[in-house]
Amino acid sequence: MKQNLQQWVASGNPWIWLTAGAVSLSLVMVFGLLVLIAANGLEHFWPKQVAALTVQAGEAEPEILLGEIVDEETVSATRVREAGGTVPEGMVVVRRVLVKVGNRDIGGTDFRWIPETEIRNIDYPSGVLVAERTEWGNFYGYLVAVREGEDILQATDPWQEIPPRLARVEDMRGELRKLERVEMGQINAGLEDLRLRERSLRAQGDEAGARALLPQREALDARFKALSARIAELHASFDRDSLLLRTSTGEERVVPFGKVVRIFQPNNMHWGEKAWHYLMKVGEFVGDEPREANTEGGVFPAIFGTVLMVMVMSLIATPFGVVAAIYLREYAKPGPVTSAIRIAVNNLAGVPSIVYGVFGFGFFVYFLGGNIDRLFFAEKLPAPTFGTPGLLWSALTLALLTVPVVIVATEEGLTRIPRAIREGSLALGATKAETLWRTVLPMATPAMMTGLILAVARAAGEVAPLMMVGVVKLAPTLPLDGEFPFLHLDRKFMHLGFHIYDVGFQSPNVEAARPLVFATALLLVLIIVSLNLAAIQIRNRLREKYHAADN
Amino acid sequence: MTEPTLSDLAQSEARLRKFRMLKDRLFGLVMGVGGVAVIGAILAIFVYLLAVVIPLFRSAEVTYTAALRFEQASPTTRLSLNEYADIAFALGADGSYAFHGLEDGRVLIRGSLLPPGRQLQAANDSTRSARTLALALDDGTAVIARPTYVETFEDQRRVSSPSLAWPLGEVPVAVVPEGRRVTHIAAEAGDDGATIAALAEDGTLYLTSYTRAVSLLQLDGALESTQVEVGRLPVTVAYLAIDSDQQELYAVSRTGQMHFFDIRDKTAPRLLQELQVLQPGEEVTAVEFLAGGVSLLIGDSSGQVSQWFPVRDEENNYRMTRIRRFEGLAAPVALIIPEHFRKGFLAVDTQGGLGVFHATAERTLLLEEGLLAHQPLVGAIAPHADSLILMGADGEVETFEVYNKHPEVSLKSLWGKVWYEGRAGPEYIWQSSSASSDFEPKFSLTPLTFGTLKAAVYAMLFAIPVAIFGAVYTAYFMQPRLRVLVKPSIEIMAALPTVILGFLAGLWLAPLIESHLIGVLLATALMPLAILLAAYVWSHLPETTRHRVPDGWEAMIIVPVVCLVLWATMGLSQPAEQLFFGGNLPRWLAQEWGITYDQRNSLVVGIAMGFAVIPNIFSISEDAVFGVPRQLTTGSLALGATPWQTVTRVVLLTASPGIFSAIMIGLGRAVGETMIVLMSTGNTPIMDLNIFQGFRALSANIAVEMPESEVNSSHYRILFLAALVLFGVTFLFNTIAEIVRSRLRAKYGNL
Repeated sequence: MKQNLQQWVASGNPWIWLTAGAVSLSLVMVFGLLVLIAANGLEHFWPKQVAALTVQAGEAEPEILLGEIVDEETVSATRVREAGGTVPEGMVVVRRVLVKVGNRDIGGTDFRWIPETEIRNIDYPSGVLVAERTEWGNFYGYLVAVREGEDILQATDPWQEIPPRLARVEDMRGELRKLERVEMGQINAGLEDLRLRERSLRAQGDEAGARALLPQREALDARFKALSARIAELHASFDRDSLLLRTSTGEERVVPFGKVVRIFQPNNMHWGEKAWHYLMKVGEFVGDEPREANTEGGVFPAIFGTVLMVMVMSLIATPFGVVAAIYLREYAKPGPVTSAIRIAVNNLAGVPSIVYGVFGFGFFVYFLGGNIDRLFFAEKLPAPTFGTPGLLWSALTLALLTVPVVIVATEEGLTRIPRAIREGSLALGATKAETLWRTVLPMATPAMMTGLILAVARAAGEVAPLMMVGVVKLAPTLPLDGEFPFLHLDRKFMHLGFHIYDVGFQSPNVEAARPLVFATALLLVLIIVSLNLAAIQIRNRLREKYHAADN
Repeated sequence: MTEPTLSDLAQSEARLRKFRMLKDRLFGLVMGVGGVAVIGAILAIFVYLLAVVIPLFRSAEVTYTAALRFEQASPTTRLSLNEYADIAFALGADGSYAFHGLEDGRVLIRGSLLPPGRQLQAANDSTRSARTLALALDDGTAVIARPTYVETFEDQRRVSSPSLAWPLGEVPVAVVPEGRRVTHIAAEAGDDGATIAALAEDGTLYLTSYTRAVSLLQLDGALESTQVEVGRLPVTVAYLAIDSDQQELYAVSRTGQMHFFDIRDKTAPRLLQELQVLQPGEEVTAVEFLAGGVSLLIGDSSGQVSQWFPVRDEENNYRMTRIRRFEGLAAPVALIIPEHFRKGFLAVDTQGGLGVFHATAERTLLLEEGLLAHQPLVGAIAPHADSLILMGADGEVETFEVYNKHPEVSLKSLWGKVWYEGRAGPEYIWQSSSASSDFEPKFSLTPLTFGTLKAAVYAMLFAIPVAIFGAVYTAYFMQPRLRVLVKPSIEIMAALPTVILGFLAGLWLAPLIESHLIGVLLATALMPLAILLAAYVWSHLPETTRHRVPDGWEAMIIVPVVCLVLWATMGLSQPAEQLFFGGNLPRWLAQEWGITYDQRNSLVVGIAMGFAVIPNIFSISEDAVFGVPRQLTTGSLALGATPWQTVTRVVLLTASPGIFSAIMIGLGRAVGETMIVLMSTGNTPIMDLNIFQGFRALSANIAVEMPESEVNSSHYRILFLAALVLFGVTFLFNTIAEIVRSRLRAKYGNL
């Protein structure tokens, strides 16, 4: 049946299509967003070809730029001219490419937009190397020689000299870290402990007791000196070897091995090597610590902090949420109290997270924490122990935030358990508590799991309140380590979500950090989406299971 | 070993039963406590926030603590207190001085400020509480002195050692030409010199400036001086005052004639304005500077204190302007005692009434008549504004404890327009901190609330149509098999951390929109048209093609159309910009229409936050539409209504409470959302409806400033107030939504 326009409009069908359009738009946005994050986040680790661009701006001498082409776009000619590019008259739009030129210690900037009108030639020379450094970002250039001390090694292939020397430095770095972190940390902790004991003894007027601690202190001081000497020695031989590198413009640079993380020639790699490189980089990202003000390296401390905080939070939120849900479902009689609880649950879920942050900051950190310090850690004052933002307060704040999620999910699970099961148990003489404990709750565990998973997903992504109650951009130590009491609830920690905010918005070199932020975002999205999908799966299975029993 | 008897068994059975019953009761109790604890939690948040906020609105309290007696050789003309309010400095009318301990009033140090043989002619009579004392001698010279206190700690006990500092040295310096006598003097001294204004007995005003040539080699350089005659003033000057930056000079007569001079150039003072500061019939009874030295407080015989400061007019001239008046004192103002660091002051009237005021907040914190037994002549407030002393004619001193922690907050200063020092008029400004201690904090929550609402409105403009249209389609038209896939996909959006949305909005979307603004605007306009066009074309395709796609799959047909429109508009954006808008639309907007364009603006926030609230609104309204009983819709269709008529007349109407509650919940989320607004706006607290400009929202403001604010300061408590406002607003929205939803549930239960 064909319709003319008027009939078609009168039928109301256009509106239906518009509503369909709204759904399509939503879907395009959701999947577009996921694809955007995934594409940008995954791409970062793949070793890109290094291009040598011959660039000639106007009548100037052509120069050769080495770098990775990371982006391209079409912009209006005016914008290119405003950015200092040359565009012939009459051109409306120009394509331009973003080149990561690295060598920040030489050129000052990592990135350059080059309009295509200025590019005379692009090729991919085979000898180009990329050196990932611990400071100043990547180096792009050519290898001239390898040096040991001041001597240049006369090797036929200097490349063969690199891996063993890099490995040597890597070993030393590991040892240094062990010495500095673990052993030095133990000595320092011991000294601090002694100082506090001395102080509290003095405060009690026990001068002799305080003096008796002196030998212990001297022993620790001696160990400290020996260790410092060992560390200094390692540092000295750490910088023995260096690389002599040359930039595309012929400038030569000495880069010590100690400053190099990884060195490779992307243009000579075949795809197998690239894939291996990719895996290594992913491994580094997930398992290593950040470098260069968080813009390079890994996010391991952030993952660790997020997971640990979420675990502590679950320990608090789950029992509370489950108990409240059982009360609402099994015990509460309709009345003002019940409806007040329902309103409270809804509001707990709806109150902005920043308000929880403010509450946590004022109540937990300053009120509770301050009082705990006065009661139990008086010898450390005025340095706060719990009276400062930390892991415990973050977990408590987020527990408050996620309790409604647990309540709602658990209650839904309890609703779905058929009456017959309860009545059967009661008829056999079980008390209400026994019925709940032995039959209903075991059946509702998947629902509780759903609630827990959803709560974890919510907590893992929440940032605003954490900024006030315990998250920091760089935590010197993990909240879990080998020192007594192993789990340090008073320490500050790193968090994936905050890492995104901090690196993306507070770092001095946003452009260079962007791929890493995308990768972190991807990691977070993967965690949260998979947690949510798992929760949905469990919930659906639960629904189906008791659907039959209900009828 | 005996067999258990039957009664033993019965007994143990009974014990067991008792135990089980006890367990049952305990279990119930624990659950009950758990349930009620939820209310406890929400109440705790509310009560705690409120408890932090309430002190902001407490009035001041002045409590009498002790009466003392200071031994004095001549009547005291000036008093001041040290930081810990345990030592008072008193200057006598004959130039003698004494430091008194405030525990018992005994004299710690006594002496004279004058060189031997000289008489005191005049002391700086305005700015009594100023830390600089200028004493004019009978030979046309003057000394400048300042009481100072060095605090040291001995055996963990604080020891204050008072002494005098002499900014220009102890030798008197000339302030009027030889042979003249001084009747009034005013002075201000800084690290590198001093400015002194002196009025000779014939009414001629002289300005003398001393600068210390400070070099690296020589810290105590020689004094260089310049002296100019400012002129003869046609009135009898009663008060002379120089501001603390030594840039302005005021001369005020008892009748209210004020002369206002610009003395930035010490060699050429300039009369800027001559004005009358009083109503006819009144008299000036006190003149003091407010802390910071910008505002002048003038007390008069009617008991009013008015605040004046120079305001720049259109011709760039400074004009003294009366900003506000403080009324309430019953008798003429006898004393004005400004606080040292805040814009607050105390005023005492001639009948012993006391008022505590704050200038910026325009707040009267305390008014007490007859608090003081006798008429005080001089008084001083401690630097921390927690202690006050007043002194009568015979040396009797009364000390008071002052509670006045948060005078700078009032309903007007939080929500109204306030005329801040140095501004051209009353404004809404949020500026909570600055490097200088003389800074006037500007705590207007209005621009922040405006920012929050602006974000919410733009987000809802985008989210409501998309979410509700989507919900109607998904619940009513979409094929069930598709629906079970589509609904969770959109709901997953709600789980996405907002920090990721904020990051994408700030670092990806904002630059994209800036360079493709035309594309975005075109896409908004063309999207519905393109969908309709595609639909119309679809309806004209041969039936065989159309029937290949089942009913309820329209959304999937539209997906490529949406993608195509986005792709095409983005591609067209740059050429269109070059051809029609000079290659840069944001700049073109600024030049042609005067619209400023920020890269991180409300449009970006609207899209990002719209994205964040769509799933909330979608999910709840979809449930509401889906829950509309089948017999209603089938009935409507059976009566001949088209599907769309059924939707608008039956489905939407029935589901409207649910949709309303969905919008409420979405609004609540938009109002409280923090990370998106923090990351995708510039966070400047401006009030402007322009969609291309940024703003600062309440929530982002808390996130930015809370970690830096000093605990229990006014700023801290105001941030708590902002949190309480957010709490209250979202509580309201959520509670309305919950009530509406439970009504709806009850209604459908019957259908």
